Amino acid sequence: MKKTYKIDVDCANCANKMEEAANRTPGVAKAVVNFMTLKMVVEFEEGQNPKAVMAQVLKNCKKVEDDCEIFL
Amino acid sequence: MNKKQKRMLVRILVSGALMIVLSLLPVAGILRFVLFLIPYLIVGYDILRKAWKGILNRQVFDENFLMAVATVGAMALGEYTEGVAVMLFYQIGELFQSYAVGRSRRNISQLMDIRPDYANIQGEDGLEQVDPDEVEPGTVIVVLTGEKIPIDGVVVEGQASLNTSALTGESLPREVSAGDEVISGCINMTGVLKIRTTRAFGESTVSKILELVENSSSRKSRSEQFISRFAHYYTPIVCYSALALAILPPLALLLLGQGPDWGTWVYRALTFLVISCPCALVISIPLSFFAGIGGASRAGVLVKGSNYLEAMSQVRYIVFDKTGTLTKGVFQVVGVHHSQMEEQLLLEYAALAESFSSHPISRSLKEACKTPLDASRVSQVEEIGGHGVTALVDGHTVAVGNARLMERLGIQPVDCHSVGTVVHVAVDGVYQGHILISDVPKPTSAQAIRELKRSGVRKTVMLTGDAAPVANQVARELGVDEVYSQLLPANKVEQVERLLTQKDGREKLAFVGDGINDAPVLARADVGVAMGALGSDAAIEAADIVLMDDDPMKLVTAIRISRKCMGIVTGNIVFALAVKLVCLLLGAIGVANMWVAIFADVGVMVLAVLNAIRALRVPTK
Repeated sequence: MKKTYKIDVDCANCANKMEEAANRTPGVAKAVVNFMTLKMVVEFEEGQNPKAVMAQVLKNCKKVEDDCEIFL
Repeated sequence: MNKKQKRMLVRILVSGALMIVLSLLPVAGILRFVLFLIPYLIVGYDILRKAWKGILNRQVFDENFLMAVATVGAMALGEYTEGVAVMLFYQIGELFQSYAVGRSRRNISQLMDIRPDYANIQGEDGLEQVDPDEVEPGTVIVVLTGEKIPIDGVVVEGQASLNTSALTGESLPREVSAGDEVISGCINMTGVLKIRTTRAFGESTVSKILELVENSSSRKSRSEQFISRFAHYYTPIVCYSALALAILPPLALLLLGQGPDWGTWVYRALTFLVISCPCALVISIPLSFFAGIGGASRAGVLVKGSNYLEAMSQVRYIVFDKTGTLTKGVFQVVGVHHSQMEEQLLLEYAALAESFSSHPISRSLKEACKTPLDASRVSQVEEIGGHGVTALVDGHTVAVGNARLMERLGIQPVDCHSVGTVVHVAVDGVYQGHILISDVPKPTSAQAIRELKRSGVRKTVMLTGDAAPVANQVARELGVDEVYSQLLPANKVEQVERLLTQKDGREKLAFVGDGINDAPVLARADVGVAMGALGSDAAIEAADIVLMDDDPMKLVTAIRISRKCMGIVTGNIVFALAVKLVCLLLGAIGVANMWVAIFADVGVMVLAVLNAIRALRVPTK
C-alpha cells in the first residue's frame, strides 16, 4: 500500500535525512521525500497498519531533524 | 514571506544593528563578551539548540553543528564580531534559501494552474456549482465562456473554441461542437458547452497530469543520489579534517620546539568548518530539476521523474514508431487494384471484417465505404496480431490483411507496385484483390529529424509494421538514418534491444511512439516517449516522458529542456565544489579568513539557487 503525506521541513538536506529515517523504520517498504513539493510517499510492507507505522516514522524523523513535521 | 520568515528577518535586523553598534563601542574584556553574546543569541539560539539536540540524538554532523562549533569557537577566541557575523550570514542564507524555494514552488504551481475548482450542473433554479469530485460519470455539466472544462466528456450541445495551451503549450485554439470528445483542463473561450462526462474527476486528464507532475521529482536522478551520498560522507570528513587542522600543526610545532600558536590554528579550523557547509549543493540540485520539470510541463512536455530528464539529455539514439508518430496516422484509401469483384463490395467486405478494430486502417476503410455499415452482418471476428483479421461476413469467410496473412492461409497474393499500405482481401479462400492505403508524414517531421541531428543525436531509426516500400519512401523523405519494416510488435522490442547493445554505456536510447500497442517497447527503451497523449491513458501510463500533442518538434523541445537543466545541474555542482575546495585550501593555509568563508558558504548557495531557477525558462533555440 502506498500513501502520500504532506510534510513541513526547512532544508533540502533535512528532507534527505527524513527520508533516511523513514526508510529505516520497520514496516516501511520504501519512503521517498520530495522536498520541492513537501510530500512524503510511503510504501508500507504487507499487512502493516499505516497509522502505527507513521507514528513511528514521525518519531524517527523528529530524532534526526527536530524541526520537521508530518501531517498525518 | 510567511510568519516564520518574517520573524527570522526581524531577528537578523535586530542582531545585525546591535553587532554594528557594539563593534564601535570602546568596551573591552568580559563586558565586551557579554554584550556581544546578546546579538549572537538573538540570531543563533535556534541553531545552538538544534546542534545540541543533534548531539543528544547522535546526529552530530550537520550544518547546525558546523555553525555552532565555528561560532562558539570564534567567540572563545575573542573574535566576537566574526562569531556573530558568521551566524548572522548563515541565517541570512537560510532565509534567502527558504524564500527562493517557496517562490519557485509557488511559481511552478501557478504554471500548473489547471486544476478546476468547480463544475456547473443544471439545477432546478439555474446553474449550481458543485465540487468536481462529486460529479458522477454520465452527468451533464455546463461550461460557460472563460471557464475550465473540469471533467473529460463528450459535447452534447453547443459550439466553442477551446484554449488547450495549459495542457499542450500550443496556442492555436481547437474548435469543438456536439459529438466531439473534450478533455479537462482546456479553457472554453467562446460559447457555452453542455458536456456529458465520461469519467470521474479523479480519472480525468487534468487529475492525471497534476498527479504525474507532482510526483515527478520523487524519482530521483543519479545527480541527486550522488549529492545525497556525497553529503552523507562529506560532513564527517570535513569535521575530522578541521579537528586535525586544529590539533596536528600546533603539535608538530611543539615537537619542533617552537611556539604551538593554538589560536591561529583553531581559527583556521573554524574557517574551514564554515566553508564546508554543503547547503549550496544539497538545495540547488533538486531545485534545478524541479524547475526544469515545471518549465517542461508548461511547454506540453510531461516528465515523470528527474531521472528521465537526466537520461533525456544523454539521448544519442532515437527510435521512432512510424504511424502516428512521424506520419499523421490518417490513412486514406487511394485505390482498389486487381479486383475480381465489384470494388464497392470489396471495400464493404473489408470494412465490415475490420469494423471491430480500432486500428487506423479499419477507420480509413470505413470512411472509404461511405455507406453506413451494419455490424450485425459480421460474426466470428478473429484478429491475428501483425497479420490482419478474418471474419464471417454475409456468410462468406473474409480475410483482410497483409501478404503474410495470405501466405498463412495458403492464398497467393498479387504484389502492389504503388507505395502505400496494401490490404489484401480474400473471400471464401479466393484472392479478390487489394486495397491501397497511404499515410502522409506530419509537416514538421522532417524538420524535427534535422533539428535532432543538429543537437547531437547520432542515429535516428524508424520501426514500422508496414511494408518496405512505404517505410523506405517515408524514411527517405524525412531523412531517417535506418529503417526496419514489416515488424510485429515483438520484433520492435528485438530491434530496440539490439540497438541497446550497440551503443556506449553513457549514451541513451529513446523510443518515441504514439502509445498505442507499443507499451513493451516504451518500457524497454532507456527513455520511452509517448506522443499525442491528450486523452490516451495507456500512453501516459507506459511512457517516461509524455508529449501532450503530436508535434514531433516537441521532442526537440524536450531534449533542449533536458540539456539546459542538466547544464545547470552540472554547473552548480562544479561551481560549488570548486569554490569550496579553493576556499578550503586557502583557509587551511591561513589566506582565507572568516569573511571569505562566509562568502564560500552563503554566497555560493545564493548564486547556485538563482542559477537553479533559470531552469524554469524553456529554451527556444
